[in-house]
Amino acid sequence: MKTRYTYGGDEHVYVEVDDEMSLDAFFIGLSLSRLVREANIPGVTEICPANASFEVRFDPDVIAPDEMMARIKELEGEAQAQEKRLDTRIIEIPVFYEDPWTHETLMRFRERHQDPSGTDLDYAARINGYDSVAAFIEAHHSQPWFVSMVGFVSGLPFLYQLVEREKQLEVPKYLRPRTDTPKLTVGYGGCFSCIYSVRGAGGYQMFGITPMPIFDPEQKISYLKDFMVFFRPGDIVKWKPIDRAEYDAITKQVEEGTYAPKIAEVEFDLDAFNKDMTGFNAKLMEALNDA
Amino acid sequence: MTLEIVKPGLATTVQDLGRPGYFHLGIPEGGAMDRLALTAANMLVGNDDGAACLEAVFMGPEIRFGADMSVAVTGAELPVMLDGEPRETWTSFNVKAGQVLSFGFLKEGARIYIAVSGGIDTPLALGSRSTYAIGALGGFEGRPIAAGDVIPVGTADPVAASRSVPQDLRRRPGKPATLRVLPGLYWHRLTEKSQQAFFDDAWTVAPEADRMGYRFRGGQPMEFVDRPQPFGAGSDPSNIVDGCYSYGSIQVPGGLEPIVLHRDAVSGGGYFTLGAVISADMDLIGQLQPNAPVTFARVDMDQALAARKARKEVIEQIRQALT
Repeated sequence: MKTRYTYGGDEHVYVEVDDEMSLDAFFIGLSLSRLVREANIPGVTEICPANASFEVRFDPDVIAPDEMMARIKELEGEAQAQEKRLDTRIIEIPVFYEDPWTHETLMRFRERHQDPSGTDLDYAARINGYDSVAAFIEAHHSQPWFVSMVGFVSGLPFLYQLVEREKQLEVPKYLRPRTDTPKLTVGYGGCFSCIYSVRGAGGYQMFGITPMPIFDPEQKISYLKDFMVFFRPGDIVKWKPIDRAEYDAITKQVEEGTYAPKIAEVEFDLDAFNKDMTGFNAKLMEALNDA
Repeated sequence: MTLEIVKPGLATTVQDLGRPGYFHLGIPEGGAMDRLALTAANMLVGNDDGAACLEAVFMGPEIRFGADMSVAVTGAELPVMLDGEPRETWTSFNVKAGQVLSFGFLKEGARIYIAVSGGIDTPLALGSRSTYAIGALGGFEGRPIAAGDVIPVGTADPVAASRSVPQDLRRRPGKPATLRVLPGLYWHRLTEKSQQAFFDDAWTVAPEADRMGYRFRGGQPMEFVDRPQPFGAGSDPSNIVDGCYSYGSIQVPGGLEPIVLHRDAVSGGGYFTLGAVISADMDLIGQLQPNAPVTFARVDMDQALAARKARKEVIEQIRQALT
């Protein structure tokens, strides 16, 4: 792991903790971005942590770009030494896989896909060595996921599966991004799953859809009254496969203001997780079942 | 005080200078694509620099004024008419309640800014009136304006008519437009040949060009430095482990069509970026029409900062010219 510092134009410093994804890189990036925030450096306007990198936006009229970069570098050693644990929560997210809406969309943008002859799930299952789409879907939802980044658009979470690297699912993004993706599509790109919080452009493969809104600018949805964005980095997610009937039932509950996501408070400790992933995940899912 | 929207135009939105501070949640800064033009429009009608205006693209709206006020239209050259009588762009004029503002056909540029004395007074959302239509946030009900909308305007006294921004301070892209780029971010992913070709090639604005980003076509496909793809990035050589995007950053999915992220940028994603258009030239992108010819010019950080300073000086010169 070698941290790389670069500029994004004259207003951003981009820090890539590692070019490959790992939870170690995530935690170092999170710690370093937090230290930058706590340092209250004049001229800093935005700090955006990502999966294995983060970005600092600054006003070059207030602080020179080279000084900005130097100030971040000074904090790297301290970030490397910080403990990799979080008090967080696990949330159950219902997913209607192979739904009609993402299917219509993926057919509409077929010429932008690696394999125009099948669906995104057919392609993802095949290149990951699964005999069937059903077996691939099972792999997608059987173990929990870690929110390693929030962004792209309006509170969209990027999720990293809490399994050994050899069990991780990997797919490329579309060859050319789509100009349309249904709201609340559950997508996949690289080793990340995501939930498209709003309708719009996107490059991730499309697997299904959730009936649970995760962004509400009007803050009318019962569980988004305090803040319009549901996810934060460090959240843990367990997908729950549902059918059309359950999808419609939850959609109705959301509209009526009676839907409450299933959530449990948990601690995530990277060392403990690395020592026994199966056991650690079992405990996380147990906490969710008790919720 | 109100504006009644008779015809909305194509995608007319309320914009100010944006809402920094929420990019880490995927909510972009937003605000006027051409900030110099918005600032000048506000100065012309006596508003604060960052008061909210209407931003219209390619086609103007038709607006009936609900009260007497001062008005200015800056940015693109879109013939301005008040009750059918021509008015100058980049020049303040006064209107009476009931008069109607309309526009002719676009002559040059892409976006106009309509400022009214008192400013558009829609509610603040996360500290700004800018419309982020993708997130249904801010502006007028989180969306482009529609016929029949009644837009609130702040209270202010009209200013002197015929205040005008001098011609040489009306900053516009050239033909072809030159956009200055600071290489960086994932620049090392490109072969030297493709790095050079990016700056040598002639590009044009593609039809997919909006507040989120401008896409370009016409240059050669890009070649990448060979490498085993890092874990988590995805197998295409243009894929990276999803990271944050910078405003102005240039991604090239599949190495094919560069996309410059603009004010309503997505905050992150999984395509490599080769660098970013410098802050001083972001306004110019907002004035590019589809099919406009463009070249990218390589600059270093010192040149980027000098250009930033020069742009600020133009704004101060406009301020001085109007006082």
